[in-house]
Amino acid sequence: MTGSATLVVENLQTHFHTRAGVLKAVDGVSFAVDKGRILGLVGESGSGKSVTGFSLLGLVDPPGRIAGGRILFKGEDLATASEERLRALRGDRIAMIFQDPMMTLNPVLRIDTQMIEALQAHRKMDHRTAFARARDALGQVGIPSPEERLRSYPHQFSGGMRQRVAIAIALLNEPDLIIADEPTTALDVTIQGQILFEAQKLCREVGTALIWITHDLSVVAGLADDICVMYAGRVVESGPVDEVLETPLHPYTRGLIGSVPSRNRRGRPLAQIPGMAPSPLNLPRGCSFRTRCPRADAACLEPPPMVELVPGRFARCVHPHLETVAA
Amino acid sequence: MTVFLIRRLMQSVVVLFVMSLIVFVGVYAIGNPIDILISPEADQMERERAIRALGLDLPLWEQYAVFLQRAVLGDLGRSFAFSTPALQLIVERMPATLELAIAAMGISIAIGIPLGMWAGFRPESVAGRAIMAGSILGFSLPTFWVGLMLIMVFAVHLGWLPSTGRGETVEVFGIRLSILTRDGIAHMILPAFNLALFKMALVIRLTRAGMRENLLMDYVKFARAKGLSTGRVIFVHVMKNIMIPVVTILGLELGSVIAFAVVTETIFAWPGMGKLIIDSINQLDRPVIVAYLLVTVSMFIIINLVVDILYSVLDPRVRLKEMKS
Repeated sequence: MTGSATLVVENLQTHFHTRAGVLKAVDGVSFAVDKGRILGLVGESGSGKSVTGFSLLGLVDPPGRIAGGRILFKGEDLATASEERLRALRGDRIAMIFQDPMMTLNPVLRIDTQMIEALQAHRKMDHRTAFARARDALGQVGIPSPEERLRSYPHQFSGGMRQRVAIAIALLNEPDLIIADEPTTALDVTIQGQILFEAQKLCREVGTALIWITHDLSVVAGLADDICVMYAGRVVESGPVDEVLETPLHPYTRGLIGSVPSRNRRGRPLAQIPGMAPSPLNLPRGCSFRTRCPRADAACLEPPPMVELVPGRFARCVHPHLETVAA
Repeated sequence: MTVFLIRRLMQSVVVLFVMSLIVFVGVYAIGNPIDILISPEADQMERERAIRALGLDLPLWEQYAVFLQRAVLGDLGRSFAFSTPALQLIVERMPATLELAIAAMGISIAIGIPLGMWAGFRPESVAGRAIMAGSILGFSLPTFWVGLMLIMVFAVHLGWLPSTGRGETVEVFGIRLSILTRDGIAHMILPAFNLALFKMALVIRLTRAGMRENLLMDYVKFARAKGLSTGRVIFVHVMKNIMIPVVTILGLELGSVIAFAVVTETIFAWPGMGKLIIDSINQLDRPVIVAYLLVTVSMFIIINLVVDILYSVLDPRVRLKEMKS
């Protein structure tokens, strides 16, 4: 992990102070992503992957707040940046795409209003130039007759089209980093394929760094360069996507891959990880995956450190599946 | 849109017809206006002449038929008590009530929306809690009591504002208005505020609820992720969404403010329609009662129509559906 990357996250901690106690939604997450690269951030619901995404932009709602760590965006620490500085970066240098395209666009404002304001929030630009820029961005994401569509309202678009609009908005200011929080989860498979293709193309062409948050391993497999697997607020394994998916080191990653139905033989009972993800308020001592792990023993009662087991590949495990790599 | 308007118009005619029938029968059932209108000393001859003059000798259905025939031509009958056309009586009093109602609405919007937005934006703050506590008072204190207290404090003790009447009026296009003179405004402040108090509490609660609900929506977070300032997010994105329920409710409430300004008008001796209807009910002055209710219902119908049109301006999703119908 180099210090010169577009975004370097070091030991990020985001805590929610609730009545029931301090909820460590993100507890010491580190990763880096460079321009033109795609990082897949994978995990189950509640693993802290979305909160990580929002933390990067300073968009965590109270009672949540960043409790520690550094978010180095082109050398500048965002964890301690002022709200005004964050506002200036948001949508300009760092853009975000959300999960549900039906909810992210304001239903009562026209598409052109919502696009032009994103431009004018960051630089002085007359209405005509901004309109032309918005039109081009819509064309770029494959929306037919963009000039007409700009004058429409969100409800006149399908889900897939709305997500394209959201992506077009994210692209408007040609950001250095895009954070995509499960942007294809709410879409059907063919639309998902198109969106993934365009995301990848744009990333390569423009050289944008992209963080793709998802629970879907098949999406990451086809899209990302690198992968971070999160479990209970921590990164448990990271590395190049092909290697990690081919020979997972962490038992959790292995279980996750095994749970994909298409990898199971027809007629056999589907493989699954036993038990449930633990409540973040009441994590097991030591390795938080311990209670569900087939390999767990007394050594797992100590919290395992993140170790580089194979060059370029890290895992947080005392008993990693090294045998597959060696073979 | 035209189809929509025509259909609404036809519905309105039916509503007016049913309304007039109910009121006609209702007032007939309450009692005989002759007993109130004619002095007990009048002899039988005089009594019968009066009954015939007022058309009360006919059976009810015939009275109604006569009324209906004239009503279609725009004549709602003559007041039993004043012997002037009932409609004219109401129209004369209407500007006073309209003026008061609109001023009250204006006050409740101008004060209610900003307070409600603040209370929704910072619900945990001292100001936010104070606003909500205040709105509970606005809801629960009876109008007549607040009116009396306002008079006590501002008119009697402090002597800042007059407590009765309309004050100096100016005639604009034949309509007398108080709002254009200093004296008139001074007279209007207390009754308008009194009438506004309840609506203000309503607006505060509606706005606050809308604010809290909308702030949690994804589109707010997305707008913030675009780097928009808080001001733009609140006053453009959220406000436009909040306005939809607020406009709907306020529209309906405007009708009720006009129709039921009775208490306030009585306390502040404001010469409006509310005062007239109370007097008419006491005298069983049926033409005035029927005419008043028809006017009020028409007003409700018009306001509802305006609200529907406004609604479609605010909410594009409604607009398209209407175009199709």
